[in-house]
Amino acid sequence: MGRVIVDVTLKSEILDPQGQAVLRALQSQGLKQVADVRQGKTFEITFEGAINKEVLDQVEALASEVLSNPVIENFVIRSYEKES
Amino acid sequence: MIDTVKNAQENPDTKQPFLELGLKEDEYLKIKQILNRRPTSAELAMYSVMWSEHCSYKSSKVHLKQFGEKIVKSDVLMVGIGENAGVVDIGDGWVATFKVESHNHPSYIEPYQGAATGVGGIVRDILSMGARPIAVMDSLRFGPLSEPDTKRVLPGIVAGVGGYGNCLGLPNIGGETQFDPSYLGNPLVNALCVGVMKHEDIHLAKATGVGNKVILYGARTGGDGIGGVSVLASETFATTGQAKRPSVQVGDPFTEKLLIEATLEMFKNKLVEGIQDLGGAGISCATSELASNGTGGMNVALDLVPLRDETLSPEEILMSESQERMCAIVKPENIAAFMQICDKWEIIATVIGEVTDGNKLVITWHKEVIVEVPPRTVAHDGPVYNRALKRPINQDLLQKDSINISDKSNSLETDLLKLLASDGISDKSWITQQYDHFVRGNTIMSSPQDSGMIRIDEKTNRGLALSLDGNARFCKLDPYVGAQLAISEAYRNVSVTGAKPIALTNCLNFGSPEDPAVMWQFSETVKALADGAVSFSIPVTGGNVSFYNQTGEISILPTPVIGVLGVIEDVRKRIPLRYKENQTLYLLGETKKELDGSSWAWFIHNHLGGKPPQVNIENEKKLSKLIQTSLKAKVIFAAHDLSEGGLSVALTEMALASGIGLEVSNNTSVDDLSFLFSESSARAVVSIEEDKLPGFKELFKIYPGIEIGKTGGSSFKFIDHFEIELSKLKQSHSGTLSKVLV
Repeated sequence: MGRVIVDVTLKSEILDPQGQAVLRALQSQGLKQVADVRQGKTFEITFEGAINKEVLDQVEALASEVLSNPVIENFVIRSYEKES
Repeated sequence: MIDTVKNAQENPDTKQPFLELGLKEDEYLKIKQILNRRPTSAELAMYSVMWSEHCSYKSSKVHLKQFGEKIVKSDVLMVGIGENAGVVDIGDGWVATFKVESHNHPSYIEPYQGAATGVGGIVRDILSMGARPIAVMDSLRFGPLSEPDTKRVLPGIVAGVGGYGNCLGLPNIGGETQFDPSYLGNPLVNALCVGVMKHEDIHLAKATGVGNKVILYGARTGGDGIGGVSVLASETFATTGQAKRPSVQVGDPFTEKLLIEATLEMFKNKLVEGIQDLGGAGISCATSELASNGTGGMNVALDLVPLRDETLSPEEILMSESQERMCAIVKPENIAAFMQICDKWEIIATVIGEVTDGNKLVITWHKEVIVEVPPRTVAHDGPVYNRALKRPINQDLLQKDSINISDKSNSLETDLLKLLASDGISDKSWITQQYDHFVRGNTIMSSPQDSGMIRIDEKTNRGLALSLDGNARFCKLDPYVGAQLAISEAYRNVSVTGAKPIALTNCLNFGSPEDPAVMWQFSETVKALADGAVSFSIPVTGGNVSFYNQTGEISILPTPVIGVLGVIEDVRKRIPLRYKENQTLYLLGETKKELDGSSWAWFIHNHLGGKPPQVNIENEKKLSKLIQTSLKAKVIFAAHDLSEGGLSVALTEMALASGIGLEVSNNTSVDDLSFLFSESSARAVVSIEEDKLPGFKELFKIYPGIEIGKTGGSSFKFIDHFEIELSKLKQSHSGTLSKVLV
């Protein structure tokens, strides 16, 4: 089994109301030194069989077409685990 | 390096990207002439957004001035066109303000955020008049339901309208959804907001009083929608035009809610002298409009604007369309109290400048002057174009192409079931169920009723009714008649609930103003609306124009959307859509053989040609008067306006809403097909209880009606023709959207 992790975050110039709400919550808890919070989501995709270039290409396509909204979000294929 | 005024004077020949910013060569030269030098890059940014079609109304102004010239006799109009939104007297010391705005292009790019920020923008418009926003409505238009892009755009837009309005705590009380191939690459999102206040609370956007402070409050400024106004809304959308895509504006309804409460508290404590919301063109628009509507001078230190992104340049800050921001003019002695309110509501507020006695808007960046302009030249004295207009050559052919009824051999039953299942006529619950209709607890009526109705005073039960309508197919066949039919329909929708229509607003969605055929459609429409307002005796309180709605060369159908506001003294006397058993059904008004442009012609036969139904404003007024007169003795139990799909669709909607069947026969002088499907104007169907019949017939002195049948049973029976069980009608009517959209 192999696993690929895709992180999807809002582009840096896009307002992140949820991140702002978390920021205020952290500050109200006394963490005054927190300057900014941005949040996103993580997809862990597990494959049957090994992770090879073909699979990664598929994930790349999937990430830009399905997992993220390319108008407002970026994604990173963060790491993957080879078949153990 | 920062391009200061000094620099502009010293380096007059620096090349500037005015074309890229959407300015034409002669417009750029006019700016140079006004300033007597080249503009700085910050000034160029301001002029380019403020002189864009979207902000300056440069192509529409020459036509829109008719609204000021054709005076409507009205004793309710308190603030007319020109302010953020017009204000009308609704009795008992209350006034209402309402407006519709388009957010078409942003909603195509990012459906959810585009639609959400459309709602947010119109809510702030209403708020800046001093009113508490109490309800929203939306008018949406999409490409055919079968198209993949509609499946991308529609769910996002609906979720955006719902997400923002629901989180904000404003009920969505109605609207409309239409489909046509011309909207495939250019969906329409028109959002309406209505607010109420007491007479003494009206606030106008102006900056007066030398020494008063300019305060920017609400969200921080980021890179949202930079160039959105000038580039997006003012230039044709090419399918490949991704390069100019600005960063999408993202709405935050929770911040907007805080902004509403804080602003209303400031009004209550009389802490603001003038106020303006930040919409398209952001700070450029707010400062230049506030200054030019006031005494004329203002200094602003742009580096004090709180930023979300520290790397923004002064030009970008001026053009940013970050949401949930407002600008207020406050006397120095009120600053502390103002700040306390912002603090309470956890809103950032910053003094960024002050009103001066000069006539210049001066903006500095770290003490260096980057803008020094007469504010009027930015806000109001933009270019005005008298664009060429020409009736299309094929307009006559189109009008001659009347549908031939004799060779249409379908059975009436088949046609009705097919029509009910068409995307345009089908049940829109899939959409409206995503909206909160009842938050705030004063919603009396919402979709699928003819109008939305809101109680505004819990002691007196005074209420408002609102309807938002447009029929673009009629407008294509005849823009003048189509526009007046749109007023007629909205007026009638408000009337049939028992409310008295008192004001109208509009949102005019058209193709490119540089196309003479489009400009002809537009000029006919505006003429029709100005004339119509006079004939209906209801003032136009505001409006919005959206041009460049086209994909490639293909323009959308001319789509004026009309909002009518009515007043009902006691919402408990309203007339609903639902009837009970054993009531008599009457058809008010005259049915003619008017099938051209109808839903039947389009959805059954894919035919669009001929002339739209006739407008009869006097009859619309009589119908309205009949219904208002009926309220006192409560002789009408239920009523429904006749519009798209004609009598057959109106009866089906009433029967399904009531859960009770009906039987009717054709007692009119027209053929059966026209009886069921004609879209003649000035008609409504009403149901009357047995003991109210004599009283009801008295009303025929005002406007005629004929008996067509009775309520009862569990089917729609058209005597001598068909009998369809309600369950079958419901299956046809309600399955369309949910089948396609999951």
